[in-house]
Amino acid sequence: MNETVLKKRKFQMTMLFLGVIVLTYLSAWVTDYGFVSSLEAVPGAMVWMASNLLVDGEALGKLPDIMGKLIETVFMSIAATTIAAALSLFLAIMGSKTTMVNRAFGAVSRFVASLSRNIPVVAWSLILLLSFGQNSVTGFLALFVGTVGFLTRAFIETIDEAALGSVEALRATGATYWQIVSKAVVPQGLPQMVSWVLFMIETNIRSATLVGILTGTGIGYMFDMYYKTMNYEVVALITITIVLSVILIELLSTRIRKVIL
Amino acid sequence: MPLLEVNGLTKSYQPGNPILKDVSFSVEAGEFVAVIGPSGAGKSTMLRCLNRMVDIAEGQVFFDGKDVGAQNKKGLRDVRKHIGMVFQHYNLVPRLTVIENVLHGRFGYKSTLQGVLGRFTEAEKQKAFELLEKLGIAEHAYKRCDQLSGGQQQRVGICRALIQDPKIILCDEPIASLDPNSSKVIMDHLKTISIEFGITCIVNLHQVDVAKDYANRVIGLKKGEVVFDGPSLLLSESFTDEIYGMKTAVETRELITV
Ligand SMILES: Nc1ncnc2c1ncn2[C@@H]1O[C@H](COP(=O)(O)OP(=O)(O)OP(=O)(O)O)[C@@H](O)[C@H]1O
Ligand SMILES: [Mg+2]
Repeated sequence: MNETVLKKRKFQMTMLFLGVIVLTYLSAWVTDYGFVSSLEAVPGAMVWMASNLLVDGEALGKLPDIMGKLIETVFMSIAATTIAAALSLFLAIMGSKTTMVNRAFGAVSRFVASLSRNIPVVAWSLILLLSFGQNSVTGFLALFVGTVGFLTRAFIETIDEAALGSVEALRATGATYWQIVSKAVVPQGLPQMVSWVLFMIETNIRSATLVGILTGTGIGYMFDMYYKTMNYEVVALITITIVLSVILIELLSTRIRKVIL
Repeated sequence: MPLLEVNGLTKSYQPGNPILKDVSFSVEAGEFVAVIGPSGAGKSTMLRCLNRMVDIAEGQVFFDGKDVGAQNKKGLRDVRKHIGMVFQHYNLVPRLTVIENVLHGRFGYKSTLQGVLGRFTEAEKQKAFELLEKLGIAEHAYKRCDQLSGGQQQRVGICRALIQDPKIILCDEPIASLDPNSSKVIMDHLKTISIEFGITCIVNLHQVDVAKDYANRVIGLKKGEVVFDGPSLLLSESFTDEIYGMKTAVETRELITV
């Protein structure tokens, strides 16, 4: 009996593999995407990048300006993420099957989370741009909304995993709801949740550049401005500083994770 | 008046499929009762009806003179704080220390705020250490629970139940995940507790021989009905056959082949 199960699984894997290949060819054909011609374009692009995206002395003079905007962007991402995390924690406690107060609250919180998660950050930026105009609040809100959706879902999973038996045990001792949440669910789930928050901060610093281009704020705005005026030396410098800051944040959060997990 | 009285308890999760059928029995203070029965007989469900961890549909449970089913939220809390519970999978908070987990047993006596702030009296902390000492795990007091063996974790679970000052302790297969040695340690502790502190114990068990060794009284459940209730000495071979029955042998074989 086991053998047939194994054979069936092997067959399924083969079919899946073939399916992916067929799908790739199909989409390349539909979109008229040529593998060969796109590969041929790579050297040319490399040459262009090497000759145009060189940081020169003049561009370096802009560094203080860039750093200012970059720091503004990083702090905005961190603020958006941490404030979103607070709201997400509340939504997740309401939305988790193990800790929810009642079904209606649970459904509402899961709906809010799913709505904000399934609309991409870019779309949120454009929607919020219409109602709030071009200012830093718009960028902040775009990151905030997307983050709430993602973190709520991640937190719900964390809570469900963390809360398995201890919630039942504490209920049986006569503990109250908030005693259980604060002394069993949160202590067990907190490290995992902090880890998710760090992940989201990293992601948001990357998205902040894009959101900034769309909403005209922060480092993204600067990137856009110099890009449009064809000042590619500065564009290169901005790109490098963004990359460096993202790497720095990643290293930092890896450190923090090691300590808390 | 008996400490615990169960009258015509009937419970179903889905309509038309009763898990417990008209279960009645009463338990005097100080008794050590084993509940045995095949898997799915409703042992866990019955145990959880006693402190209303699952809702009581029909029938009544009286604990210490109180109708458990009729209690409001606050009344239920008062009932539960006098009932300790021990679980197959220990149900501790793994990342917290042993001593913190033991002190969790005091939440029933505290206001929400006191609990959230973790305010425990010196007397409570001292009691916690005494209990750990008694169960032989005092040296692990400041270790995280996920660093302990299963048998040690179960002893933490028992300490958490004992610090409640319970009148009764409900154990749902406390030794089902343990090796024979740890199982013996745990069962010996439960027996000591019941004799020394006079705490009533109701223990769900899979092993008939363990039930006979430790319990004064055995309740046999089969398909939600009480098919045996009496002194463990009277639990004869033929009765265990009746409880686990020829039918179960067939069912088991079916399970394996499916
Ligand atoms: N929350 C639930 N919802 C629906 N059905 C349930 C639920 N809990 C238990 N049951 C069903 O009730 C029946 C009795 O379960 P119960 O856990 O009380 O049996 P048990 O005697 O403790 O079995 P075991 O020895 O395997 O622990 C089983 O058929 C089970 O599928
Ligand atoms: Mg069970």
